[in-house]
Amino acid sequence: MGLASQHKKLEKNINLLAIGSFVAVAIGGIVEIAPLFWIDNTIEKVDGMRPYTPLEQAGRNIYVREGCYACHSQMIRPFRDEVERYGHYSLAAESMYDHPFQWGSKRTGPDLARVGGRYSDEWHVQHLKDPQSVVPESIMPQYSFLGEASLETDNAAEMLIALRRVGVPYTDRDIGEAMADIILQADPDSGGDVEDFQQRYPKAQVRDFDGDPSRVTEMDALVAYLQMLGTLVDVDSAAAQERLAEEKGR
Amino acid sequence: MRAEVALGRVGLWFLVLVISIVLAATARDTGFAAHAIIIAIVSFVLMWMSAARFDPMGKARGFFRMPQGASLYDDDPVRWGVLATMFWALVGLLAGVFIASQLAFPQLNFEPYFNFGRVRPLHTSAVIFAFGGNILIASSFYVVQRTCRAQLAFPTLARFVFWGYQLFIVLAASGYLFGVTQSREYAEPEWYVDLWLTIVWVAYLIVFVGTLARRTEPHIYVANWFYLSFIITIAMLHIVNNLAVPVAWNGSLSFSAFAGVQDALTQWWYGHNAVAFFLTVPFLAMMYYFVPKQAERPVYSYRLSIIHFWSLIFLYIWAGPHHLHYTALPDWAQTLGMVFSVILWMPSWGGMINGLMTLNGAWDKVRTDPIIRMMVMALAFYGMATFEGPMLSIKAVNSLSHYTDWTVGHVHSGALGWNGLISFAAVYFLVPRLWKRERMYSLRMINWHFWLATLGIVFYAASMWVAGITQGLMWREYGADGYLVNSFAETVAALHELYIIRALGGVMYLSGAIIMGYNVWMTIAGKLREEAPMGAMPEYDPEKDRPIVRSANPEPAE
Repeated sequence: MGLASQHKKLEKNINLLAIGSFVAVAIGGIVEIAPLFWIDNTIEKVDGMRPYTPLEQAGRNIYVREGCYACHSQMIRPFRDEVERYGHYSLAAESMYDHPFQWGSKRTGPDLARVGGRYSDEWHVQHLKDPQSVVPESIMPQYSFLGEASLETDNAAEMLIALRRVGVPYTDRDIGEAMADIILQADPDSGGDVEDFQQRYPKAQVRDFDGDPSRVTEMDALVAYLQMLGTLVDVDSAAAQERLAEEKGR
Repeated sequence: MRAEVALGRVGLWFLVLVISIVLAATARDTGFAAHAIIIAIVSFVLMWMSAARFDPMGKARGFFRMPQGASLYDDDPVRWGVLATMFWALVGLLAGVFIASQLAFPQLNFEPYFNFGRVRPLHTSAVIFAFGGNILIASSFYVVQRTCRAQLAFPTLARFVFWGYQLFIVLAASGYLFGVTQSREYAEPEWYVDLWLTIVWVAYLIVFVGTLARRTEPHIYVANWFYLSFIITIAMLHIVNNLAVPVAWNGSLSFSAFAGVQDALTQWWYGHNAVAFFLTVPFLAMMYYFVPKQAERPVYSYRLSIIHFWSLIFLYIWAGPHHLHYTALPDWAQTLGMVFSVILWMPSWGGMINGLMTLNGAWDKVRTDPIIRMMVMALAFYGMATFEGPMLSIKAVNSLSHYTDWTVGHVHSGALGWNGLISFAAVYFLVPRLWKRERMYSLRMINWHFWLATLGIVFYAASMWVAGITQGLMWREYGADGYLVNSFAETVAALHELYIIRALGGVMYLSGAIIMGYNVWMTIAGKLREEAPMGAMPEYDPEKDRPIVRSANPEPAE
């Protein structure tokens, strides 16, 4: 009568029961999650990753605000059909600056991990305003209000400071220029130093995204974010492929 | 109440009121401002009530009435909890029917506040945290008192837990519509709402453990092991997963402390265990109290309950990575998640077996007692969902099912079948006892509810199985030419009819809940419906025990 009589001790003592059940639930999390922070090859070493520009990050905040993750994943699995449909499978490194991650768990709509550069800005704007006008079968809601809402830019520096606190390597200069960088990226004719901006944010796309040069809207930010998704790492380059081939134990 | 105490409280609430008005005025986004206004309204009401309480004529004190004497159980928070459960069930199910209809008919999106992406977390939070959370808090307060033979500890704190939790729900739900969200599944509320929930949850733990400490029974009953593990583990998951840095103290936006792959695993460690420790463990606690009570039979096996409790809570926590199969999460973590998910099948069925076998010797009640019938169906759905779950966690199966509606169907057979039906059964058990009525207003309405709910789930789950497998196969279909056959848009169009069937299933389930609302309302109003008893056999009547005599002029035979 070992088990039942031994268990009576736990059953008569709240502290033992509480501590016992806490220990039971703590073990799994510690063993699974903690190693991800110190095992080196959890995140592949690839070239090209950089923090989001303030405009892209603002667009990402809108993506988060609207709950796009409920229908769109950003995680291509290594299957033939997914790679052909969406592009090279996603790498851990490609979401290393994503606070929070937006891999998603449902594809009511297609994956967006590499949607950047696949469609024109005009297509995106039209599609966001009235999805059924470009894809008749689509069941996506309309987001025309994004084109009318001016983008909140006052908090750009604070946004970057908060992100730096959680580990995104923005420099003091990036933070100082944050608001100006937003204007510059969405309106290159505003007179800023585009070259300097692109040196700090390589491959950043600089143009008026929403077709309304008079102001920076939420549509500018969201389209800027969508157009850069999956464009930073040249995964199909020979160097990257060679490195991925050597990956072990992931 | 003494005058200075009353004045102190009024002053305190006035301070909160002023702070929230200042926050509303200086907020950076409308969502945060709206939340500050909600808090201002709540503190205004509380200030007014504190003042009214000082007034000897104040009727409002009934809301916060303390238990009268130590010889009675403190059931006011349970009564409020049951009413809140009913209310949030209807809200959550209605939101579900709404978003299901949006997927079938996208014209039903009304930008920006009622777009699918904003209403979907409202639906999930309303059913999981508002409907589920309220029945858990209410039932735990009821069960812990009965099984400890002790009055609820800290009555003021218990009332704070109830009202504080409702405020959390209102802040969370309204936030989604305003776009205040972290967009991490089932952990959407922003930093300040999370902080508030942490305070409420600690108070809940104190009330629950305090009551256990007061027990006059030497043993802690098995249901309370499950409730205790639920409260402790949810605290751990909630705090770790919601670590975030806000952009400004007067704005809602924050950034998760973790990024990318680490954020993904932390989130699904939380997300899967929201299923485990919010939707399974405490609902098993309800099963361990209400099923034996309603069946009037003891729990089948004490030994099985020990084994399945410890193995369930130990194993469940490992299963999170099965939500991230074939992603950029390292393979070792995925495999670990899959192996533990498959093992988990056994302790899950341990709970189902212990519940079903409790009915040994009382199976006839399935025919006569619609509440027992509902409990049995809940356990059957629990068994199905905990078989389907391990199956979907196998990587080969998951490669087809992931990202499709199969997962949605799986979740709903668990949520509607197991959580929904066991909660409804518990409410049907509780309402007559809490309001001192002989029985529910109508047993036949419970039967209607049972069949509407069951058929609704069948429509829902079946349409989602077909939708999920269709979608998964169409995505990977190759033609003889070696090219993909279907564009993504074609796979969306293929699901239209199935989405309509799903919405119909949801409407049926919602109708059952509306009937229940009426039934509960009438019971509380003190009415009893006159109706033929369920499953009754006609009494023996010697007059009728004879052959039927043909009438005088029979039809001529052909």
